[in-house]
Amino acid sequence: MLAAVFDFKNFVDTFWQNAIDGISLGAVYALVALGYTLVYGVLRLINFANSEVFMLGTFGSVIAMAIMGKNTNSAAFSGFGIVGAFGLMLVLSLLFSGGAAVALEFLAYRPLRKRKAPRLVFLISAIGASLVMSSGVERFGPKKNESYAISRVWTGTQKVVVRVGSGEIRVRNLIVIFGSLLMMFALTTYVSKTRFGKGMRAVAQDSETAQILGVNTDQIIVVTFVLGGLMAGAAAFLYMVQYQVTDYGVGFLLGVKSFTAAVLGGIGNLRGALLGGFLLGLLQNMGAGLFGGKWSDVVAFVVLVGVLMFRPSGLLGESLGRARA
Amino acid sequence: MSEPKDTVPVDDSMAKEFIRVATQSSPRSRFSPLEWISGLPKSSRMVLGLALLSFLYVLPWLKWLPLLPTTGSDFSTVLTTAVVPYVLIALGLNVVVGQAGLLDLGYVGFFAIGAYTMGVLTTKHAHWSGILWFAALVVSVAVAAMMGVLLGLPVLRLRGDYLAIVTLGFGEIIRIVAKNTSWLGAAEGISGIPSMPSFLWFKIGILEARWLWTIGLSVILLVIFALSLLERSRVGRAWTAIREDEDAAELMGVPTFKFKLLAFCIGAAIGSLGGVFYTTRNSAIYENQFAIQQSILFLAAVVLGGLGNRYGAVLGGFLVAYLPERLRFLSDKRFFAFGMVLVFMMIFRPQGLLPRRTKARTASNSAVSTKSSADAAVGGAS
Repeated sequence: MLAAVFDFKNFVDTFWQNAIDGISLGAVYALVALGYTLVYGVLRLINFANSEVFMLGTFGSVIAMAIMGKNTNSAAFSGFGIVGAFGLMLVLSLLFSGGAAVALEFLAYRPLRKRKAPRLVFLISAIGASLVMSSGVERFGPKKNESYAISRVWTGTQKVVVRVGSGEIRVRNLIVIFGSLLMMFALTTYVSKTRFGKGMRAVAQDSETAQILGVNTDQIIVVTFVLGGLMAGAAAFLYMVQYQVTDYGVGFLLGVKSFTAAVLGGIGNLRGALLGGFLLGLLQNMGAGLFGGKWSDVVAFVVLVGVLMFRPSGLLGESLGRARA
Repeated sequence: MSEPKDTVPVDDSMAKEFIRVATQSSPRSRFSPLEWISGLPKSSRMVLGLALLSFLYVLPWLKWLPLLPTTGSDFSTVLTTAVVPYVLIALGLNVVVGQAGLLDLGYVGFFAIGAYTMGVLTTKHAHWSGILWFAALVVSVAVAAMMGVLLGLPVLRLRGDYLAIVTLGFGEIIRIVAKNTSWLGAAEGISGIPSMPSFLWFKIGILEARWLWTIGLSVILLVIFALSLLERSRVGRAWTAIREDEDAAELMGVPTFKFKLLAFCIGAAIGSLGGVFYTTRNSAIYENQFAIQQSILFLAAVVLGGLGNRYGAVLGGFLVAYLPERLRFLSDKRFFAFGMVLVFMMIFRPQGLLPRRTKARTASNSAVSTKSSADAAVGGAS
């Protein structure tokens, strides 16, 4: 009976590979989770459309490749071309995601805030905006209802750097993991050191008092959305480096899992989002090794439910205002 | 509270104003058809209600009507495949979100439970047909209600956004379990579900969707009736108290957990009814029909119609089911359009098309109670 449910042999065989892939996936979760956690910390709002902001970011990379005239069959870049190609992909992804996040704030959320709408109204508006974005890409994109693949920018991404047990760490894993760590470091530095970052923490603590003391809350909120969008854009870029394929529905489940990651670590807490992202990616892939790949999503959600049952404020506790970073 | 006054007011105008602000009901200055109808004498209202009811019952036969019937697809098919399930689901979700204030994003799970139980009982592992179809319906509802309690027990300790995300997780878990369990047909789902038994002299075949509408509409009306009784009972008041302020309700002696569980249970039962009709009409179910996006659409239906108002929920469910069919000329851009509608709606009319009518409970309750009975008579108006 136990052997029917658990597959220990497979678990042991794939342990290291699952760990490596789990951490890379977790890096993407963590970046998107930062977007959720920032907005939640400042506004107490689940930015449900953040998943579609991420989705648009992946299309930034697709368009970058199209601009460079590379389709799936053409050869990869070489030399400085690699840096340029990665750079253009990253810039367009950031632009698309950041732009979408700002548009979302101005078109969907700000009018509601002006009217002091209840929270459920924000959620529905976000759902509407998600529908607009995803079905917009689905229907008005050049390929209807199909996935968009890009070619490898650099064949070197497949190279195995080092073997750990039975697992192989490839260059692309390193790009994803270090890329995301870099973005997170930049974000935490920004939030803890700059004027806007201080403003964000002030608004998160007590928006009314912050406003009385001269913080331009509207401006701070825009900055928050921009930062969340940029994180999603970076995540989208790294996602495309890792998987090279996207479609209009890529955001939804990833978004839900990233939010799960944010809650897991303690929503509103930047370090929590980081921890939650890596942990969720890892647990999900380990669960896939143990129960079989088709149950990996169930593992992710069961973990979430379990954490919320026993530690509702997440692993590190929820607060952007109190967090030092 | 913004205007400080020196003297203590003798009249209750300030209290009234406070109640108005607190319940956020807009001042009724414009002409409203509902107001007009509730102002009519009782006999006229009865006649109006009966006329509306009979109109609803013969709706599938009225293909010659201008505007209303769908052009691209068969009207009676639209009414039974989409409208009946969506209206039932919206009614059920309205109990959970609108009345008890529990944000459930995984409501599609109960829809799936109803649908799959029906599929298992009529096709996959048993062949209940004829009068047994109704037995299958009852069993499906019972199973869903039980699942509502079972899921509610751990989940309902959480509040607000956490509750939302955990229910979302559970909704997805239910779908994945259905997808991965061969007993439930795995990814292919269950197909060849008999559409409806030929029952007594009713020949309710796949081509005669109209009689299914008759049954569906009757069930909807029954549910509305039951819910209106419930809302005016102790249970309804407890839900309102929980929705407005859970801590205060608990302090006032309302066993909040019990009533939240009851809301979950009743919501699940009604949602599964939607699943039952969906299965019966669609003849095939598979896991992808129960994705989270559906849940989101259900919630959109309730909010569109007016959160906390049964008739609003009915209207919202109807619109969400009907508009994409009516707007077929927009073809594949209709979800895009629907998303736009949601965003604009939230900006310009966040309370929904038919907002909740907050009844101020004052000492002079007589006027209020006649008004609420007027509500019931106008019932079908939406």
